[in-house]
Amino acid sequence: MIHFDTVDKRFGDNVVLDGLDFSVRPGEFVTLIGPSGSGKTTILRLLMTLEQVSGGQIWVGGECLSHTKRGETWVPADDKHQRVVRKRIGMVFQQFNLFPNMKVLQNITEAPIRVLGLSRVDAEQRARDLLELVGLSEKVDAHPSQLSGGQQQRVAIARALAMRPDVLLLDEVTSALDPELVAGVLKLLKDIAETTDITFLCVTHEMNFARDVSDRVLMFDQGQIVEDAPPDKLFTEPDHERTKSFLRAVLDRG
Amino acid sequence: MNWDWDYAWEVLPDIVGEGLRITLEVTVFASLVAYVLGLALALLRRSPFAVVRWIVWGFIEFVRSTPLIVQVFFMFFVLPNIGITLDPVPTGVLTIGLHYATYTAEVYRAGIEAVPKGQWEAATALSLPRGRTWTKVILPQAIPRVLPALGNYSISLLKETPILLTIGVLDIVGAAYQEGSAAFRYVEPITIAGVLFLILSYTSSLLVRRLERRVARSN
Repeated sequence: MIHFDTVDKRFGDNVVLDGLDFSVRPGEFVTLIGPSGSGKTTILRLLMTLEQVSGGQIWVGGECLSHTKRGETWVPADDKHQRVVRKRIGMVFQQFNLFPNMKVLQNITEAPIRVLGLSRVDAEQRARDLLELVGLSEKVDAHPSQLSGGQQQRVAIARALAMRPDVLLLDEVTSALDPELVAGVLKLLKDIAETTDITFLCVTHEMNFARDVSDRVLMFDQGQIVEDAPPDKLFTEPDHERTKSFLRAVLDRG
Repeated sequence: MNWDWDYAWEVLPDIVGEGLRITLEVTVFASLVAYVLGLALALLRRSPFAVVRWIVWGFIEFVRSTPLIVQVFFMFFVLPNIGITLDPVPTGVLTIGLHYATYTAEVYRAGIEAVPKGQWEAATALSLPRGRTWTKVILPQAIPRVLPALGNYSISLLKETPILLTIGVLDIVGAAYQEGSAAFRYVEPITIAGVLFLILSYTSSLLVRRLERRVARSN
């Protein structure tokens, strides 16, 4: 579903990703862990086309996201091409990023109407169903500012799901939440992961959650994958010293 | 110096009547030009085409670096040479509106930049088209915040409208000046004009302050 082919990402002289290769199969739940600055979030941002690769290619669902072919040569893709490919991808952000000028319902219906061409009636029905799924049916007409962080993040999840994405990117989605709201949001994501065939790519510091829902965990350090293993293996008997020291540090803290 | 009440009452109707009407007309329409054109300039300054950005930048710098009165004379006396002739009031509305658009453009720019980056990113993540992102996400958040600043520019603009006296617009000051020169007595009409401007600016600034509080509350 997702394939990174020797992807480099540099910001000026700062190398964030260095010749990164990895693939994610359809329906897989893959969690990226590692110290901050190791490039995890950059991977999600590249997939969402919020950043562009410095080298290499990114493929999504058999199509190249980062490049298009002009004659025999690959050239960086323009925005028009990326807009088509990224329709299959949704993202949930650390800071929710709901549109504060719209009510909850409109936050969820705007893109399905404008981008997918749904009728207002259909889009609103879909939005109401999703609000029920995330447990916020009574907040249809609320403004984002009237909601708690946890509720805003649930709406953001519903908004992303309304686009029926094949791939959902989760960028530290519980890091900005009050501690008592974290569990509910994670439970919701677990339910969604188990009941849909969406492919998940998740950056998180919630190690229990990562262990609980992931099919595979990738340990990152300095722009490269240090270790790639199923969660039971990675969290109990990691092969690499770097993984061990990282896990010791985060688990001690928790 | 003595003050002649009878004379003051005699000139008052012309200044408060037709003069005030023209001042308000110029202020309102020039403000509209400044609001609309300023937004257009602010958006064009973000154009993906460098040439467009340079042209807009050059235009803004040029307009800001030359006195308003030169621009008024240019529009009124020079443009007819190339076949564009406008009446004094439309000339004034356009010129002052254009001049102030270069200031409101800056206001809009600041308002647009104050919208968090996450809003753009969320719009990208939902694949919203560019135009839709502007009209539904960015501008509805940017514009309410800049309304007080736009209002303040309208007050400044109001106080600059008497410059149009030089091309024969009989606004408050024009009417006062005309009355004064007819009777060779300027104290009363000019005082009346001054007081009128004081009332206009002060009440408008109260309105802007109310608007400011409302905007602050809704944020």
